[in-house]
Amino acid sequence: MSAPIVKLVAQRIALGILLLLAVSVLIFAGTQILPGDVAQAILGQSATPESLANLREQLGLNDPAYIRYFRWLGGVLTGDLGTAMSSGQDIATSIKERLWNTLFLAFWAAIVAIPLAITLGLIAVRYRNGWVDKLISGVALASTSFPEFFIGYLLVFYFAVQHQWFPAISTVYDGMSFGERLQAIALPAAALTLVVLAHMMRMTRAAILNVMQSAYVETAELKGLSASAVIRKHALPNAIAPIINVVMLNLAYLVVGVVVVEVIFVYPGMGQYLVDHVTKRDVPVVQAVGLIFAAVYITLNIIADIAAIVANPRLRHPK
Amino acid sequence: MSNELDYLSRRVASGKLSRRDFLGRAAALGVSATFANSLLSSAARAAGPVKGGTLKAGLVGGESTNSLDPALMMTQVPFAFGKCWGEMIVELSPEGKLENRIAEEIGSSDDAKVWTLKIRDGIEFHNGKTVTAEDVAATLERHSDEKSKSGALGYMKGIETIKASGKEVVLTLKEPNADLPYLLSDYHLIVQPNGGKDKPDAGISAGPYKVKVNEPGVRHVGERFANYWQGDKMGHADQIEVVVINDATARTAALQGGQVNMINRVEPKIVDLIKRVPGVTIRNHSGPGHYVFIMHCNTAPFDNNDLRMALKLAINREEMLNKVLRGYGSLGNDFPINASYPLFTEIEQRKYDPDKAKFHYKKSGHDGSILLRTSDVAFPGAVDAAQLYQQSAAKAGIKLEVKREPGDGYWNEVWNKQPFCASYWGGRSTQDQMYSTAYLSSADWNDTRFKRPDFDKMVLAARAELDEAKRKQMYHDMAVMVRDEGGLILPMFNQFIDATGPKVGGWVEDPHQELCNGYALAKCWLEA
Repeated sequence: MSAPIVKLVAQRIALGILLLLAVSVLIFAGTQILPGDVAQAILGQSATPESLANLREQLGLNDPAYIRYFRWLGGVLTGDLGTAMSSGQDIATSIKERLWNTLFLAFWAAIVAIPLAITLGLIAVRYRNGWVDKLISGVALASTSFPEFFIGYLLVFYFAVQHQWFPAISTVYDGMSFGERLQAIALPAAALTLVVLAHMMRMTRAAILNVMQSAYVETAELKGLSASAVIRKHALPNAIAPIINVVMLNLAYLVVGVVVVEVIFVYPGMGQYLVDHVTKRDVPVVQAVGLIFAAVYITLNIIADIAAIVANPRLRHPK
Repeated sequence: MSNELDYLSRRVASGKLSRRDFLGRAAALGVSATFANSLLSSAARAAGPVKGGTLKAGLVGGESTNSLDPALMMTQVPFAFGKCWGEMIVELSPEGKLENRIAEEIGSSDDAKVWTLKIRDGIEFHNGKTVTAEDVAATLERHSDEKSKSGALGYMKGIETIKASGKEVVLTLKEPNADLPYLLSDYHLIVQPNGGKDKPDAGISAGPYKVKVNEPGVRHVGERFANYWQGDKMGHADQIEVVVINDATARTAALQGGQVNMINRVEPKIVDLIKRVPGVTIRNHSGPGHYVFIMHCNTAPFDNNDLRMALKLAINREEMLNKVLRGYGSLGNDFPINASYPLFTEIEQRKYDPDKAKFHYKKSGHDGSILLRTSDVAFPGAVDAAQLYQQSAAKAGIKLEVKREPGDGYWNEVWNKQPFCASYWGGRSTQDQMYSTAYLSSADWNDTRFKRPDFDKMVLAARAELDEAKRKQMYHDMAVMVRDEGGLILPMFNQFIDATGPKVGGWVEDPHQELCNGYALAKCWLEA
């Protein structure tokens, strides 16, 4: 790998870390703006001025905000996310399992959705403007246009209630075998796949069609290559950067945007955990989950950037 | 046809249909008498308890912030799971009588001020220790302590001293209370080793199931406790599981798909659809539960009785009962007692009266809209009910602004905090208990902020009164006071509507709470 690429990649990573720090400041500041403080939230109705003062002292809430910020950041960096106010449980421990569940679901949805979307995109280009193209685009766009809960309920109705092939609820827990887990998440994964499919498919199609206008594609066609070979060998490699971008965006969505699907399928993931605690004003948990979501988002975007850089021949082979 | 026969034979087995009727109907379906008789005997065989298997319930009312501490139990999931792992001092039987559990005998002094609980021998906690009088006393002490934040604190405060000696626990009350044994059946009062003072959320008691998995807001699993003291009556399945399913559609789908054997809170509007699903049985039963809109009597503008009266008159109860509950309930009359309580007396039914409401509204001098908070979780159909209320109030010239709050956190952030919102009450076993829990000035759950020293005095006087006729009159006067001056708008009493899947046997109709007073998982079994 050449020096400019290494430099570019390093720049992206440094930028990402900086961005994450900025986000952490924003999250912290945002939760400070909320009315009331942690001490008030813990004591609730039984708060007296005296007990409030004691608890604030105990929790170190009397320190200036920047000191509390650095104390929190220090904790986060050493893996200590604090304890949840509402249940007194260690946040890191509860999140670990939830995060794992969310990633598990996102992984399997992605495994199905990404190859499917790209393949369908390629097929759509190969038969562009024909009925195959229109059918693929039509179905994919329709499935994206339906709200996710509607798709979820349809899947439940058909596959769980009518035919009982898959369970209607996706509760997963320790001690379940891998096969059981896969069966449990089949329906939510299918719902998620349908939701993200069209975006990736359409972008693949558009990116490749864009390249198809180029002179070298015409040359390849004049050489007598078949349509599929032209797309596979000449168009796709040059269209890969925007495709990776949109894939990463959708991956991020699969991790941070699945609250609705989690609720419908009763899946114990991060989304439901966050919602439970937001409504209880459980600030430490909200901060922790917000930061994790931001980290996932930024990391996936860095990967997309780096992949785009590496995939770009002009950057790989500078003059 | 076979489905119908199956259904009919189960009805005979559960005593709802006579044998003769069954044979008659079977003949109408074209079945020979011999075959019909053989069907009957197999249904009767299946009617006895069957041991083994895993019984699962999909329930609404659990959050990831729940705890196993019985003092903090508030919603349905901790309540129902608590009945599986917890053992009570005394419980209410489905017939409304007292059923002694850990207390073998309960006696009182003549003035109902000193009560003696005799502790049963040989009951074992899940940790192997024997339940002693000290454990029972410590449990009661913990729930009497402000620090425990117990839901039972309101009336536990009425106990002055708690003493354990030998096999007896002696309770001395501040004021006489003829209903004390009923109060001790409160679902918070699960007996724990040393009263749970060491570790309140350890989940150890002497119930039919041991806590095996506790994932708040996700699922709770119990495995049969081999040394349960009355294993012939409860604890039939090897394992029980509560899966938290807060979404009503998902809950119904889970029952239909066979992932769970029973669900709670079937929405009245879909009952008729669910009834048609093969294998599913709707279990509805009327009880003391009611759906309410509550106003804080000490917060403007609700501190004005004319405004409260206007709002009470501006609700169309019959319409709400028919549209929201589809008739699965009965009309409410703005006091929390109905015929399911002992010593109940009828009071003239309050009706929808826009003109009168307008009159009181004008008299109150209030102007502008009134914010009513509601949520899906307040009660099934609470959002629709609030909208119906908005329309019926508009006809009386009262402008209600309906705000839909998120379901999760409603019980912590809205109920008992905001001055006007939708809510529900499961009811209690005696009138005294209901009024003590939510209408005494000192009660934590006084969610209408009805703080009236004269009413408090009436509650205490009725509690000590041993003459039944006088007591009945006192309760009548209290009801009238709450009805005409309180902050409670009670349009309807609901029925519990649970549903079970195929092969669930042993369901007991219990008027006290949903899911056989929470015991459905412990009392039911899976038919072979």
